[in-house]
Amino acid sequence: MLSKGLIIAFTFGYLALLFAIAFFSEQSAKKGKSYASNPYIYALSLAVYCTAWTYYGSVGRAATNGLEFLTIYIGPSLVAPLWWIIMRKIIRISKVQGISSIADFISSRYGKNITLGGVVTLFCFLGILPYISIQIKAVATSFDILQYAESPVQALNIPFYQDTAFYLAIGLAFFTVLFGTRDAEATAQHEGMVMAVAFESLFKLLAFIAVGVFVTYFVYDGFKDIFEQASLRNLDHLFVLQGDQGPTEWFWMSVLSMMAVLFLPRQFQMAVVENSNEKHLDKAMWLFPLYLLLINIFVIPIALGGLVHFSDGNVDADTFVLALPIAYEKNWLTLLVYLGGFSAATSMIIVSTIALSNMISNNLIIPILLVNEKLKSKFQNELGGRVIWIRRASIFVIILLAYVYYKEVSGQFSLVSIGLISFVAIAQFTPSIIGGIFWKTGSRLGALWGIIAGFGIWFYTLVVPTIITAGYLPESLMTEGLFGISAIKPYSLLGMEGMSYVTHSLYFSLSINILLYVIISLFSEQSSKEHNQALVFVDIFKYSTTLDSSIVWKGQAYLPDLRALLKNFLGEEKTSLAFAQYADKSGKALDKIRFADPELVNYCERILSGIIGSASARIMVGSVVKEEEISMEEVLGILRETQELKSLNLQLKQKSKELKKASDKLQEMNETLRLNDMLKDDFISTVTHEMKTPITSIRAFSEILLDEDLPDADKKKFLHIIIEETNRMTRLIDQVLDLERFDSGRQKLSMDRADAKILILQAAESMLQVFKEKGLKFDIQLDFEDLEISMDEDRIKQVILNLLSNASKFAKTKVVLEAKYEKENQLLIRVLDDGKGVPKEEIPYIFDKFFQAKNQTSKKPIGSGLGLAISKKIVEYHGGSIHVFRKAGMTCFEFTLPVQEELKKKSKLSNQYE
Amino acid sequence: MNKILIVDDEPNILLSLEFLFKKEGYKVFIARDGEEALGIIEEMDPELVILDVMMPKVDGYEVCRHLKSRHLATKVIFLTAKSKQQEVQKGLNLGADLYLTKPFSTKDLVQKVKILMN
Repeated sequence: MLSKGLIIAFTFGYLALLFAIAFFSEQSAKKGKSYASNPYIYALSLAVYCTAWTYYGSVGRAATNGLEFLTIYIGPSLVAPLWWIIMRKIIRISKVQGISSIADFISSRYGKNITLGGVVTLFCFLGILPYISIQIKAVATSFDILQYAESPVQALNIPFYQDTAFYLAIGLAFFTVLFGTRDAEATAQHEGMVMAVAFESLFKLLAFIAVGVFVTYFVYDGFKDIFEQASLRNLDHLFVLQGDQGPTEWFWMSVLSMMAVLFLPRQFQMAVVENSNEKHLDKAMWLFPLYLLLINIFVIPIALGGLVHFSDGNVDADTFVLALPIAYEKNWLTLLVYLGGFSAATSMIIVSTIALSNMISNNLIIPILLVNEKLKSKFQNELGGRVIWIRRASIFVIILLAYVYYKEVSGQFSLVSIGLISFVAIAQFTPSIIGGIFWKTGSRLGALWGIIAGFGIWFYTLVVPTIITAGYLPESLMTEGLFGISAIKPYSLLGMEGMSYVTHSLYFSLSINILLYVIISLFSEQSSKEHNQALVFVDIFKYSTTLDSSIVWKGQAYLPDLRALLKNFLGEEKTSLAFAQYADKSGKALDKIRFADPELVNYCERILSGIIGSASARIMVGSVVKEEEISMEEVLGILRETQELKSLNLQLKQKSKELKKASDKLQEMNETLRLNDMLKDDFISTVTHEMKTPITSIRAFSEILLDEDLPDADKKKFLHIIIEETNRMTRLIDQVLDLERFDSGRQKLSMDRADAKILILQAAESMLQVFKEKGLKFDIQLDFEDLEISMDEDRIKQVILNLLSNASKFAKTKVVLEAKYEKENQLLIRVLDDGKGVPKEEIPYIFDKFFQAKNQTSKKPIGSGLGLAISKKIVEYHGGSIHVFRKAGMTCFEFTLPVQEELKKKSKLSNQYE
Repeated sequence: MNKILIVDDEPNILLSLEFLFKKEGYKVFIARDGEEALGIIEEMDPELVILDVMMPKVDGYEVCRHLKSRHLATKVIFLTAKSKQQEVQKGLNLGADLYLTKPFSTKDLVQKVKILMN
């Protein structure tokens, strides 16, 4: 058994670790290296959704209701893809409007209304307080179980000063104050807190998986074994979907959790306020459901394992997660599991408290101070320094109240039931939020009455019964209904039966809520301010870049007043910075003007909203500016202008894009032309150079012949050279012109049918003398039937001659000429020589014109340097191709000629007649 | 007797130059590429070298660079078809004594060689 001292040491040690993580992340964020700003941390921090309720309660619920516990996770997973539509919009709105909580969001949407913000805050507080209290309960219970195992002393009866849970609550309050309220700006991100929460999410996941693996694979023999054992004890109904479990129940529970994951204050805090980049949603959209999947894998095995092991029913199913490792005396695992549960509870408490404290200070206390003229004049100028203290005090108050609530009420209820009650409370905000961002007509009155009615029903059908159970109200209310009217019995309104009490409450509260919201919205008139906000919220993606000019406001503000107001809350340094940023962005010189224009007033109001909430900010700004009432027409007119400006801007952008495209294209064309020009230049200079060589010889020898009195033999020899060089020049000129015609496409071939065999033999014959002179062996292998091909006879002969002539220059002992007919309707002609071959790296260029002249790495052969380039052109003009490769120690130049099918047949026919 | 080395990869140009300078009474060596030329320079130490630029293996520029670093007294004449301004400049920068372009006048060439050799 673990000693109390050890458990306490580990508990506070764990808290100390959280402090360390938060502290070091904040330090590093200050130095500019942010660990929290990435999608993975973001997704993990969203897992604050999984509280002690998940950790202990899922198993408890699974042990009684089977697979139904999954609905709480199916909803969020189903809704995750919708985040792209809903969450992204909410994030964008909140960022541009400086919104820091759900209450602020609703109040802001409906004309920055104080009443609405206050009501939402109050209901949030009422809805979430029990939820926080059950986290304390979970920690306290797990602590007790650890100490006393299966016979827990009722911790509830201990006075608070002996209660460890009390000190833990105080410790958490300190942590929250330290890392959650550093800045007066509620919209500021809390790097340290986010990192600590992300760490806790990871920790609870690992701890839960650890105990799951332990139960499944060490206590039992895998999933199959557990299910078989459970089946033996008639527990099938827990893991088999059965018809009577009711699709209605599944549907409503999934819907409930969808709304919860979007709008629970702690989820709003993590997903919206702490979001540093909208793009993080992309990854979180699948990472978060993955997290939910992982943490639920072992719920059923643990539940079944617990039911099988503690079959006498003495152990509360909510505690199976802990009781199992204790029963098997695994001390360290027990400790890990306990800390996992602790982490689930603490992260929820920390984040919820921060969110609630923001709402309480910004939407409840500050507005109250500002609405009352007496209080306003008293506190107005000191509010700046007080905001943060109001928030800190709220944190302590919330946590202490939650502790009291735990002691007095929630000790008697299961974790899940209280959790679900909170969910239903939060669900009441859904109509006014979703309506608010998609429906421009949704009005303040509709939202207000919808929420109030929904809450009334929630309170009556869910909270009143718990008060009755706790013994503060008579039992008769449940059985006979209020004032004895049976149609309003808390668990069966209008006589509705057959639903679970949660579904029942959700159904009625949400229906009435939506009904009132829609009907009152349709019949009530929006004020111009409210309508302005409605347009900006619904069309946020149209306005977000021009926000300051799209919030319509008419009037004048004395700049020093505005500045003093901001300074009051931000301090001198940050105020100067904010003004400098504005001047920078708008291009206005603020030191030269005395009166602020509407844009600047909006800018200041937005900054102030982040600190004291939008409704309070409006009041504060209103006290320093002279405002004129503005008509609906003016609002619409100004908004239209903003939009037109934006679309004009868009058109301009489009035009400049097109221009850039055109200029890119021009540049590209220019480049191609320049390249062609360079190639042409290069070609001409090579041709000139090649021509100068024979001319040089001709001139030199002519001069020698002119001056000298030479012997006849020399004379003859020199004259012979002159003629030879003249021929060389003629050939060069012919070939250059030839190539030029091919290049420009002006070359015409005179195609005619010709006998391939005869043509090849003729070409070969004219080379016989050359081979003989050089002492080279010459083989001819023609391996095809008589064949007539349509071609330019002289040109093909030219190609063969060129290849044979090249071969004769490089061959050592022999040259081979091969030709055969190939199946793919082509004649293959090859010239092989046993010379040393073409170096590999030159193969790609060997058919380029003047390749040899430009790359003299070997001894220069005699020739113009254009032969292969021309041969290639000729072959390609005939529809064939030419290659060079090495084959059996010989260099092989090979080219193909297409053979037309009909001609082939004809030639066969003519063969028969011969 | 003054020794001249003629380097060119065109057999007919070699033939004509060899004939010319032999008749003028020089002792003439010929080389068909830069590598061969470098060998002869080491072995025979000619007073004057007539150099083509575009040659296999080692080009004329390379030969000239080598000459001007090792055999300071040896005169160098570039005789090449390359006639662009920057090519001429490059040759002269390498320390060549003369840069003549092809086609050339035989009389002129002989004249200039004579001047250089004195």
